[in-house]
Amino acid sequence: MALLEVNEVSKSFGDFTALDRVSLSVPKGSIFGLLGPNGAGKTTLIRIVNQITMPDQGSVFLDGSPLAPYHISDIGYLPEERGLYKSMRVGEQALYLAQLKGMPKSEAKAQLKVWFERLEIGHWWDKKIQELSKGMAQKIQFVVTVLHRPKLLIFDEPFSGFDPINAQVIQKEILRLRDEGATVIFSTHRMESVEELCDHIALVHQSKKILDGNLTEIKRAHLSNRYKVGIECADPEQTLKAIGGKFKIVPSTFKSVYKGVQFSLQLTEKDNPNEVITGLSHYGMIYHFVAEVPTANDLFVQAINQDKR
Amino acid sequence: MKHLGLIITREYLNKIRNKSFVVMTFLSPMLMVALISVVAYLSSMNNDTLKDIKVLDQSGYFGHLFEDRQQLRFEILPDMELDQAKTLAEATAAYGLLYIPKVDSIAALQKGITFYSADTPALGVTVGIERLLQRQANALVLRENGIDDKAIEALYFNVSTQLETFAGQETSKLGSGLKLVFGGAAGYLLFMFIIIYGNMIMRSVIEEKTSRIIEVIISSVKPRALMLGKIFGTTLAGITQFAIWVVILGVFSIIASGVLGLELGTGVDIAQDAAQLGDAASQEMAAAVAKEIWQLPLTNLIVMFFLYFIGGYLLYASFYAAIGAAVDSETDTQQFLLPILMPLIIAVYVGVFTVIEDPHGTVSQVFSFIPLTSPVVMLMRIPFGVPLWQQIFSVLLLFITFMGTVWFAAKIYRVGILMYGKKPSYKELIKWLKY
Repeated sequence: MALLEVNEVSKSFGDFTALDRVSLSVPKGSIFGLLGPNGAGKTTLIRIVNQITMPDQGSVFLDGSPLAPYHISDIGYLPEERGLYKSMRVGEQALYLAQLKGMPKSEAKAQLKVWFERLEIGHWWDKKIQELSKGMAQKIQFVVTVLHRPKLLIFDEPFSGFDPINAQVIQKEILRLRDEGATVIFSTHRMESVEELCDHIALVHQSKKILDGNLTEIKRAHLSNRYKVGIECADPEQTLKAIGGKFKIVPSTFKSVYKGVQFSLQLTEKDNPNEVITGLSHYGMIYHFVAEVPTANDLFVQAINQDKR
Repeated sequence: MKHLGLIITREYLNKIRNKSFVVMTFLSPMLMVALISVVAYLSSMNNDTLKDIKVLDQSGYFGHLFEDRQQLRFEILPDMELDQAKTLAEATAAYGLLYIPKVDSIAALQKGITFYSADTPALGVTVGIERLLQRQANALVLRENGIDDKAIEALYFNVSTQLETFAGQETSKLGSGLKLVFGGAAGYLLFMFIIIYGNMIMRSVIEEKTSRIIEVIISSVKPRALMLGKIFGTTLAGITQFAIWVVILGVFSIIASGVLGLELGTGVDIAQDAAQLGDAASQEMAAAVAKEIWQLPLTNLIVMFFLYFIGGYLLYASFYAAIGAAVDSETDTQQFLLPILMPLIIAVYVGVFTVIEDPHGTVSQVFSFIPLTSPVVMLMRIPFGVPLWQQIFSVLLLFITFMGTVWFAAKIYRVGILMYGKKPSYKELIKWLKY
């Protein structure tokens, strides 16, 4: 079941088309990667979901009902362009922002204490934002985004400004929120986080959606039947020649403690990998035989390049 | 609505807790009182110095006239040569030398009387001396023509016109002055309020843009609510500041006038006049002032002051908010500020020059209907009596325009707060209205 349903949404600013009939379906309880190059239209789409801008055409449904002002408290949004009131105290500011999202003051206060405790930032309560470092302010911002327990969380580059340790902390919290039932839309350019976190992805390019679905399924669909192989042998040149006579091979290198030959092996539909391994074992010890699975990064680059053509 | 309350509270608390706001609130009235006290003290010191004036009267007509006055000491010189007298005056560091030459006939005195001094003499001194000479010269001519002294004495009396409207209401020149003071004060107060707090609103919008919190906020509230909350919150802070100023100024002026023996503020002229007229007359004067104030359309003025203040201020405040949203930094605001300052300045000029001249003339009337100038101009006109239909029409026009401006400003605001990087042109602003 989909928590967020975007149907044929278009939006233009003057002559510029920011979104061109984009449709998305974000499954409940998933972490959904919204990807795309700079200026593709991601932010516009996110702003439409947040009701900051209205779509020219198309409709958006949240949890089965058309997007309406009362949904504001169901969404938590961490924009890429973010900041806090510099001269306001941390606690006061967090309370204010939580109240704007519709939380009663007392509940907001109790929840804040819990979160501040968990992230070990309780002693910041009376500090002003301008006294904190950028990473510290980002932590506050994260807490404020998730505090009111929204059904839908939208993070735009959530890890920017964090050191690796704190990025890890935040990543853990995002996963926990997902496990507690929240649905997460995650927009980033850091493909390794996409790889680690996302179940689903959608790729937007030049205001159109060009790819979407379950990340694993997309990867399976893009399998090339190619394998990286490493064999320890006495005479590398002779071995490569012999194997090259039987199969299509492409030069390839990867890091390894073993010596010998390394290459990429392109199999056809008819080849059975198990039989191939048996055949290759005559040339020496096979220390490496791995199917080449496209990374999110590969999918991204490939899809964009295809779309350009 | 609940959000609006939250936003107003935050804006208000944030403003009044701001250090520079607190400093401004308490320091500026002190500075103002100090400044006025210094100026008043210096000018009173200036008046205290005695001016020695030597008089060389070769005609023999005037010598006996010059009696010492508050700051003037006259010394009649014995008959001597002009050069001699000049040397003497200079040597004794006298303020000046009044020379009246020997003449055949009084008519010849039209020219020839000279006042010698080291520097150009103060206007008050020469005017005073001239008035004295004139009166004596006139009397001499009359006497020469056979009119006796009693008749001459009877000649000098003051005529003053009593003013009364057809409806039978008595007015006076004093009343006109008071009307001007009341109307001018109301109009000027509004003008100052718009400039000070309009700018404050603009800065606070820019601050939200530069601190990048804006997108977080407007994912929770409608931009229009945020804008209105800002305007109302800042306005309340402004009213607080104004109220504190009034109280502090009041206390200080009482203290200052007690300590220095000075009268401050608008009372200065009246008080001085009164002092010259003597005690009985001053009481009469005070009674007249009170009567005139009582005769002003006070209820009308107060009601309209609030209506125009709210309407006019909010109208301009929404412009300021829109400008703040359109730009990235305060330095970029100039090109947009000028067009909204122009009508304000024009309003004050029209108010000061035209309304005084002719409160119900065409120019005054037209500008008291145009919404951008009506708050200031109409407030200045009201003490002179403006038909009710004109007031209602003008206020209606103002509030309709205000609604339109809020709509327009909210549009610019909604788009502008998310725009970074470039300074928009007017053309782009108009395009934003269609987004």
